[in-house]
Amino acid sequence: MTHLVDTPPTTEPVVRLRGDTVLSRLRRQPLTMAAIVYLAILAVVAIGAPVLSPFDPYDTDLRALLQPPSPAHWLGTDDLGRDVLSRMLYASRASLLACVQAVGIAALVGAALGVLSGYFGGWIDRGIMTLIDAVLSVPGLLLAMAIVGVLGSGLTNAMLALAVIFVPIFARLCRIQALAVREEVFMEAARAIGVPHWRAILRHVIPNIAAPLLVQVFITLGVAIVAEGAMSYLGLSIQPPEASWGALLQRAFSVVHQAPWLIFIPGTAITLTVIAFQVLGDGLSRALVQRNGGEHR
Amino acid sequence: MLSLVLRRAISAIPLLLLVSFGAFSLVALLPGDPAVAIAGEGATLEQLAEIRLRLGLDEPFLTRYLTWMGDILTGDLGSSAVTGRSITEEVLRRAPVTASVAAGTLAVVLLLGLPTGIVQGVFSGRLIDRAGLLVTAAGLAIPNFWLATILVSIFAVQLRWLPATGYTPISESVVGWAQHIVMPSVTLGVFAAAEMARQLRTGILHATEQPYVRTAWAKGMPARSVIGKHVLKNAAAPAITVLGIRLGHLLSGAVIVETIFGLPGLGKYAIDAILNRDFPVIQAVVLVSGAIVLVANLLVDIAYGALNPKVKVT
Repeated sequence: MTHLVDTPPTTEPVVRLRGDTVLSRLRRQPLTMAAIVYLAILAVVAIGAPVLSPFDPYDTDLRALLQPPSPAHWLGTDDLGRDVLSRMLYASRASLLACVQAVGIAALVGAALGVLSGYFGGWIDRGIMTLIDAVLSVPGLLLAMAIVGVLGSGLTNAMLALAVIFVPIFARLCRIQALAVREEVFMEAARAIGVPHWRAILRHVIPNIAAPLLVQVFITLGVAIVAEGAMSYLGLSIQPPEASWGALLQRAFSVVHQAPWLIFIPGTAITLTVIAFQVLGDGLSRALVQRNGGEHR
Repeated sequence: MLSLVLRRAISAIPLLLLVSFGAFSLVALLPGDPAVAIAGEGATLEQLAEIRLRLGLDEPFLTRYLTWMGDILTGDLGSSAVTGRSITEEVLRRAPVTASVAAGTLAVVLLLGLPTGIVQGVFSGRLIDRAGLLVTAAGLAIPNFWLATILVSIFAVQLRWLPATGYTPISESVVGWAQHIVMPSVTLGVFAAAEMARQLRTGILHATEQPYVRTAWAKGMPARSVIGKHVLKNAAAPAITVLGIRLGHLLSGAVIVETIFGLPGLGKYAIDAILNRDFPVIQAVVLVSGAIVLVANLLVDIAYGALNPKVKVT
């Protein structure tokens, strides 16, 4: 009987298959590949910022204020004579790290709540979903800002606040998936032979929600980049002299009369990254849907 | 119709109560003593005692919540911990500014999003549709705070056509009001218009495949009537949902545009309270924004009912 339970349609054989097909399907989407390459470069740049930066990002040079791009300063200098390229590299680090942490926490907490809700149903479901509805009935960014207002400004608090507002997205997604999996025949079999709940969740529910969850993680990362940008623009996130993209944009905007080109550097980085996460999420979703198309359901 | 609206309004009450409790509990998240957080570390014991008395911090939590809710039901949102001014008065004074931005945003959505979506849906697959897809993709990707800075640098700094910051009430000068509202409205409207166009396009594509539309074409109905009567009416529902969500979340965007364009609206009120850690105002703003979301959802329901008679039954 254990044999029956251990070979539902989605375990071992498909896992092997997934490695082949999803990757090759992604490879056939040029736009998705471009997004992957861009994000990979961005990740390398963010991690390697201390090594790659040509200058110290906090070093001011009062003889070289607001210089346009030149061979010495590829992206010019800011209003305190700091090298913009170096500041951008460090800002990528702050922005990406905060967003990855926020979305990571939200995905974990949201998935846990959603799976509990969908798997057990009943009053657990009602209780959790009422809470989620309450969080969703306040505009996300405003709620995040209010949380930061109470906790105090700073990158960590902003990251936690963003995690809070992203939890509902993941909780709802995972709940629906868990509800669907609960009705599957292999779940009925598992219940019939008395597989404990934790084992059923780990072996059957989690593998079945992993794919949509991953897609949602990438799409939410794009949203997080904008949200963190907005919060740091408003001074609620990272504090000077450190900067993330939003903070750099705000600083650049304050000298827009003298150096109008400066706002385009962080702005372009934010927009490209948002597009890249979105494209990757969509591409991954297409690749996974094609794979799931011919299977159970 | 009326009973549907009433039913929806009543079903929103428990959620609003939960939001109010959440908004009030936000301050409980605060590590340490709220009185110290408001007065600063160097405050004397008398100052702290005065703040505690004023905010009722000595009372038990539930008593404070019930008092707060009771006041709100009589229209009193409390008073600012920083300025001492009445929050209700401040909200009412600032609401027209944010409502102006909302109206401007809606105008942008209707002027840009509606035609784009319709043209894309009707001419799907053609060059104009592809161009539209590219434009809407850009509109969805560009963050509003960056768009705002670009608009200012072009239209206020370089061309000097529009004032970069400030606000003129419509009662003083209609032209002045419009000049101050244009850039904030475009900033918020571009994203909403792109979203609207996408939804409309999808909705139209779906509707044109329906048998009743084929029948309408087959019986020789003029294109205007087919698209106006059958296609658009059925394609409108998802677009209206999106619009409702945008309307409900207006305050999030208002915080950003009102900061960048120096508009004295609710968004600016919110961000000032957040930066000054003015807790009573933060609580009130969260509650008000929750109420706006619920009202927006209600409006969407009403629009559904008006568009589709079937909704009334369910």
